[in-house]
Amino acid sequence: MSLENSSLESYSEMFKRASKKFEGVFVPFVVAGDPDFDTSLAIVKELVKNGADALEIGFAFSDPIADGPTVQEANLRALNSGINIDKNFEFIKKIREFTSIPVGILIYYNLIYQRGIDLFYQQASENGINSILSADLPPEEASEVVKVAKKYGVNQIFLAAQTTTNERLKVISEFSSGFTYLVSVMGVTGARNEVKNSTVDLIKRLRKHNDLPLLVGFGISHPNHVKEVIEAGAEGAIVGSALIEIISQNLNDKERMLQKIGENTLKLKEATKNCL
Amino acid sequence: MIMNGKFGKYGGIFVPELLIPALEELENAFLKYKDDNKFNKELEFYLKEFAGRPTGLYLAKNISKKLGCKIYLKREDMLHTGAHKINNTLGQGLLAKYMGKDRIIAETGAGQHGIATAAVGAMLDIPVEVYMGSEDVDRQRLNVFRMEISGANVIPVENGACTLKDAINQAFRDWITNVENTHYLIGSTMGPHPYPTMVKHFQTIIGKECRKQILELENKLPDAVIACVGGGSNSIGIFSEFISDKNVELIGVEGGGDGIASGRHGATLSAGSEGILHGSLSYVLQDNDGQIAEAHSLSAGLDYPGVGPEQSHLKTTGRAKYEPITDSEALRGFNLLSRYEGIMPALESSHAVAFAEKYSSVPENKGKTIIINLSGRGDKDMFLAAKLLGVKV
Ligand SMILES: Cc1ncc(COP(=O)(O)O)c(C=O)c1O
Repeated sequence: MSLENSSLESYSEMFKRASKKFEGVFVPFVVAGDPDFDTSLAIVKELVKNGADALEIGFAFSDPIADGPTVQEANLRALNSGINIDKNFEFIKKIREFTSIPVGILIYYNLIYQRGIDLFYQQASENGINSILSADLPPEEASEVVKVAKKYGVNQIFLAAQTTTNERLKVISEFSSGFTYLVSVMGVTGARNEVKNSTVDLIKRLRKHNDLPLLVGFGISHPNHVKEVIEAGAEGAIVGSALIEIISQNLNDKERMLQKIGENTLKLKEATKNCL
Repeated sequence: MIMNGKFGKYGGIFVPELLIPALEELENAFLKYKDDNKFNKELEFYLKEFAGRPTGLYLAKNISKKLGCKIYLKREDMLHTGAHKINNTLGQGLLAKYMGKDRIIAETGAGQHGIATAAVGAMLDIPVEVYMGSEDVDRQRLNVFRMEISGANVIPVENGACTLKDAINQAFRDWITNVENTHYLIGSTMGPHPYPTMVKHFQTIIGKECRKQILELENKLPDAVIACVGGGSNSIGIFSEFISDKNVELIGVEGGGDGIASGRHGATLSAGSEGILHGSLSYVLQDNDGQIAEAHSLSAGLDYPGVGPEQSHLKTTGRAKYEPITDSEALRGFNLLSRYEGIMPALESSHAVAFAEKYSSVPENKGKTIIINLSGRGDKDMFLAAKLLGVKV
């Protein structure tokens, strides 16, 4: 199932679909295999059923330096439950049995490097992955990866942050395709209480140097935050830690876990509507 | 970035976007001040008056006689705070001050780098926070106290295996969050560019002194230079000045733990494979997927599943050789130097001593002139050594 000639939705199609309805997009992030393969898949089903426009799926890594405690623990739970790269790809394949919305993965570069860049992207494409974001791969180190991503029709995603200069924003926009992931906080992943003014400024600055759609993540945890960043000009928001906290708080009650994930997804998606 | 930070194919800047501007700022400052007269005068002053440089090159006559080689010791163990680490912490600490940073963070395994950073922080009046795996905090109570009494705040890290690798992860996370006012003072020639180049720069003083000293003493270069390798800073520091002398054998000694075959070791170059950890491409200990493995060595300074990128380059080009020494062999090295020379080496450095003994036992090496970089002293390890030797103290 190569992306180019498949029935899978592309990011640009997704953004069009949302803008026709005057909506932003809502993209949840969870780690594949957290807390275990089957429960994780059931969680993704809830996300899709309750309105996720696209999915961001983490491939667990032993040393996730860009992640705060919530996502670190999710990585650890997934690894302890026996997830590995082959099972991660199998997980995506299973997701493809029930949805065609864009699926991106978030990963650390060593996992790509060990499999071999070419083989990794080939397998990503074959299993229905739209995009790859490698948290520790800045454009400086990415020329080979970007070439291979193009070859297999996978979108390569890069991060942009407040500390990113305008010059770098241009480079990032040249290297990226699909969307640009805007880091909303100075820090690692994790739920926060507010969206900083600087995030709003950054959205505006990015707009000038980047033609790609913007998704804002890191610290977005409340429907109000989603609304705020979309009103500031982003196309949508990525919410991870706030959903993963539901997983970690309900490890002994899977039914409640799934129900809460569903309810929150619904609210977060609702917040993308009518923010013009 | 002005330089690409590569040693052959190794090195680079594999870090989250948030850190790129900080690395650029650091590279700029490093390139500016490394040739700045005032900076270098000040650093020289502290290296001499605060840390105790130059260190001697001492002919260890008793083991020389016993082993049948001429064995010199580069006495980094004589430095303030007990190891070569202070060369780098003084350099980076001063750089942080020149950069106007008002907070320094560091990682530490056993505590050696943490103590050196705490001392420099106290001296330069910059607050220091040290990340240390909670396992190591428990194992190294005394060193935690030494850091704290110099005013450093020691933060136990409860993630992962709760050891050095996890402390480094946590220090990076702190830096990502507080990048504007904070300098991350990395303790070895590892991490993203410019760290491997910068830490090497501050450690080459070992090699510079040593080369001059051996030429004065022997009127010729040594046949071999032997140093232990954790992240790689003391070894690069002494190797660097001999790299272009092709006849000088350079040998890095890794923590062999329970032996390579046991799978419990820290011999990254001897038994690892290429991968990306903590910001650079180098050798790492990992599984087939690329998940990082835990290292094992009785010496905390060698207990790390990565190694500096330049070491990987020296290995692949064949310019340096890397050899594992097991825990029990290292303990033998510790005893050997203590008993015959009255010098108690750090357990890290004991690995280099143990390898020198092995090296000397090879018939064609008899009579050769060898320099061992004695990177640190054993005071910090006395409790552990006593325990391992079955002595109650
Ligand atoms: C005395 C001593 N030697 C060696 C090392 C290993 O580090 P490196 O390889 O950077 O010299 C350490 C690290 O803590 C140390 O304390």
